[in-house]
Amino acid sequence: MRITELIKIALISVWSNKIRSFLTMLGIIIGISSVIILVGMGNGTKQKVSDQISSLGTNLITVNVTRNRFSITDEELEELKTKPGIKEIAPQISSSNVNIKAGSKSSTTTVEASNAVYAEIKKYTVSQGRFITARDVNNRYNVLVIGTETAENIFGYTNVVGETMYVNGIQFKIVGVLESEGTSTSGTSDDKIILPISTAQRVLKTSKASTYYVEAESQDTVDTAMSYLKMFLNKKCGLDNLAESTTTNNYYRVLSQTSLLTTATETTSTMTNMLSGVAAISLVVGGIGIMNIMLVSVIERTKEIGTRKAIGAKRRTILTQFLIEAATVSGIGGILGVVVGYIGAYIGKTFFSTSIIISQDIVIAAFAFSVLVGLVFGIYPANKASKLNPIDALRFE
Amino acid sequence: MEKANNDYLIEMRNIEKVYSMGSGSFKALGDVNLTISKGEYVGIVGPSGAGKSTLMNIMGCLDKPTGGEYFLDSLDTNCNDNKLAEIRNRKIGFIFQNYNLLMKVSILDNVLLPLLYLGYTKKAARVKAKETLEKVGLGSHMKHKPSELSGGQMQRVAIARALVTNPEIILADEPTGALDSKTGAEVLKMLKDLNHEGNTIVVITHDKGVAAHAKRMITVKDGCITSDELNDKEVSA
Repeated sequence: MRITELIKIALISVWSNKIRSFLTMLGIIIGISSVIILVGMGNGTKQKVSDQISSLGTNLITVNVTRNRFSITDEELEELKTKPGIKEIAPQISSSNVNIKAGSKSSTTTVEASNAVYAEIKKYTVSQGRFITARDVNNRYNVLVIGTETAENIFGYTNVVGETMYVNGIQFKIVGVLESEGTSTSGTSDDKIILPISTAQRVLKTSKASTYYVEAESQDTVDTAMSYLKMFLNKKCGLDNLAESTTTNNYYRVLSQTSLLTTATETTSTMTNMLSGVAAISLVVGGIGIMNIMLVSVIERTKEIGTRKAIGAKRRTILTQFLIEAATVSGIGGILGVVVGYIGAYIGKTFFSTSIIISQDIVIAAFAFSVLVGLVFGIYPANKASKLNPIDALRFE
Repeated sequence: MEKANNDYLIEMRNIEKVYSMGSGSFKALGDVNLTISKGEYVGIVGPSGAGKSTLMNIMGCLDKPTGGEYFLDSLDTNCNDNKLAEIRNRKIGFIFQNYNLLMKVSILDNVLLPLLYLGYTKKAARVKAKETLEKVGLGSHMKHKPSELSGGQMQRVAIARALVTNPEIILADEPTGALDSKTGAEVLKMLKDLNHEGNTIVVITHDKGVAAHAKRMITVKDGCITSDELNDKEVSA
């Protein structure tokens, strides 16, 4: 008997018990749709994080220095810049909750202070005015570049170049307004002010930069630049140069965008896998539901099985028929689950602005898995049906 | 093993069926010897519990005897379940008291099912099933489901299903048991006509009136054949 015929028989049986079939499928529908949505959310988050990281450029190397352990002098920075692979270095002092005031309004914001190449390395652009220049840094001018949200907060408008504002009580002149970046995973990045590093050292009363942004000459020289940086830092901290695992120590951390990306991707992948695992459990529960209903169905249809055997169905024929029926139930459940998954993803995207990326692979895999669940959990009932003795089956009422 | 006699369609030698249950055992058939030739119309009668159902189950290869030998169309039926299913498919057409049709599919699908099990393509099976349904006078009802038909019509569907594979023998178990006398008579006439066309027919019944249509009457009592005689008072339908 052909498989298409068996599928047709299975569909008739599914259709003649609509409500029961639907309830049986429900477990599979929920399982498949949640796997699709959760994996989609995982992929969406991964994509978003990696977009943010790579928007900073793949040439970027970040050096985090544990505060107060040591500091790198300007001379040392100049010397480092001459090393192969390294193009520019921007030391950064940052501080959150810094008091700012303009006119009668005051607020707090985040300060980032650096040199003239900071904007280039961090890919900042100004929508008005100019960025911090080398002259500002050398002469410790009281100038700042302001984020759009901060400007909005304190002035009520963003066209603020030339205005005066106070930072920790010291008067500053606004020379530029940053281009709005929008919100990111780490909150809004438009609420900040950027100061020349030399000025900030005085205003914030800190002299040591905790972060250094290093721009490699190209993506290919990132590794070279990183090893020179490590060599320099090891020497400065008195660490053994040969220890290759110096990426993690108590003194500093050197990270490239690629390594950040890897870490972020790994984190989201782990999360996604865990969530999908939970969703997959509901698929197994759905499978048990199918087994349960198939067992009931075998008993209900004992007489049909007997008739089929009397007119010549072999054990294998009956086995295949019931296996295909179980697979059809779970397969239809899988298709409905995929549809529900897409609808859920659409709702998530439209109404909750969650980034969900559904890959074709996961849809195909989820559907295949649902059919597999039906086959696996159909084996026991199908085998039971195929083993029925035709006389007993025919006599069954 | 002695070779089966090719002249007989059914040849039973010392067939015995013992059901063992718990402590004791129950002998449903003991030492049955029976031969039926091609083209015969045999009625098997006996009171209920006499063993005629057991005899029919063994004859229809639905059950295996616990002793003796049974040759169907010269084939030894002492074989595995798969082989028995094949024998039932090719050589035997069953007609049951309760029709045993599949209620969820059309009568055409019911009739072509044995052909699908036989390996026909759906297309070829449909052609043959249509012919057979026309023969039993249901050509205009092919798309109907059994539940839309009367009892007599359902039994005719069952006859068509039994006939469709051109079996060696048609086994009817109380074929009129669920029908009123008028439709019952129609079914019996149909069986008689089929016999005239050369089909071998065995009817199992407790009703002597039904068995009276047969050319040969076998009486079973307490698991044994007590009489086997030609029916000279054959009722002509």
